Amino acid sequence: MPRGMVVIDKERCKGCGLCIAACPQKVLAYSGQLNHSGYNVVHTEHPEACVGCTFCALTCPDIAIEVYREKVAA
Amino acid sequence: MPTDLDSMVKVFSRPKSLTEARSTYCPGCQHGILTRIIGQTIDELNIAERTLIIAPVGCSVFAYLWYRCDAVQVAHGRASAVATGIKRADPNLVVLSYQGDGDFASIGTAESIHAANRGENITVIFVNNQVYGMTGGEMAPTTLIGQKTTTTPSGRDAAMFGYPIRFSEMIAQLDAPVYVTRQALYDTKRIMDATKAIKKAFTNQVEGKGYSLVEVLATCPTNWHMKPVDASRHVVDVVTKVYPLGDLVDRG
Repeated sequence: MPRGMVVIDKERCKGCGLCIAACPQKVLAYSGQLNHSGYNVVHTEHPEACVGCTFCALTCPDIAIEVYREKVAA
Repeated sequence: MPTDLDSMVKVFSRPKSLTEARSTYCPGCQHGILTRIIGQTIDELNIAERTLIIAPVGCSVFAYLWYRCDAVQVAHGRASAVATGIKRADPNLVVLSYQGDGDFASIGTAESIHAANRGENITVIFVNNQVYGMTGGEMAPTTLIGQKTTTTPSGRDAAMFGYPIRFSEMIAQLDAPVYVTRQALYDTKRIMDATKAIKKAFTNQVEGKGYSLVEVLATCPTNWHMKPVDASRHVVDVVTKVYPLGDLVDRG
């Protein structure tokens, strides 16, 4: 499995939690921190488990998530 | 976990045909997923320069703020009619009529049906969340039997208000439409299926095949009084029983 990484734009996140439910690796969780709009934003609770599947980003209604994946040696 | 971005390749980012503006939708509203899918489709087909999006009346009224495309905001329900005029005036444009259920299936019934019956070469995305979202959660023609809304506080009663209307099935009876399908966004598989359907609907128009309608079952967590995840579950358990998913017409 390649390693992945998600980058969440805290100011775009509305804390709906759809990404938390979509993540098969249980990487994401509520951070308990509020952004400027007052939403409890999502953060990467277990970043080491991320495989870069992009399910969270596909599900995010606010396009707040960017996904990176480790380069695989050719 | 590698923290050096140089060793990583970006596999998912914001579509280029979307602006940086934040959406005005409520948390968990699946209109946002559709916005991303449409942006991605416009990128993939490389048609941003000649796409025109028709913003309806409803929660998606601000659609013109989110795409780096031309847009027109039209009177309630008249998106398919305006799309007809724009497409006939300049057939080189790719015209997307983006409409909700109150817009497409209620006040715009005549325009919607006749645009489909004429087989206008346009793409229509019909977002069905069974409620009038923007105005505060009133009953729509698509509201399910027993569903509580602000205008049916004890649940929709068929004797009083009729039955939920399966608009895509009505359109599918016509001879002209090329592609009529119903999709949902409740999990990643469905999101990918909906992405394929929307790409096909755009491709049909680019190739000049004719009228394509993609109905999308979306959630309205605010007016359904559910958490977003529970609302997605509600679509699986209840809504898809009334509005079954799948292609109804595919003459492409």
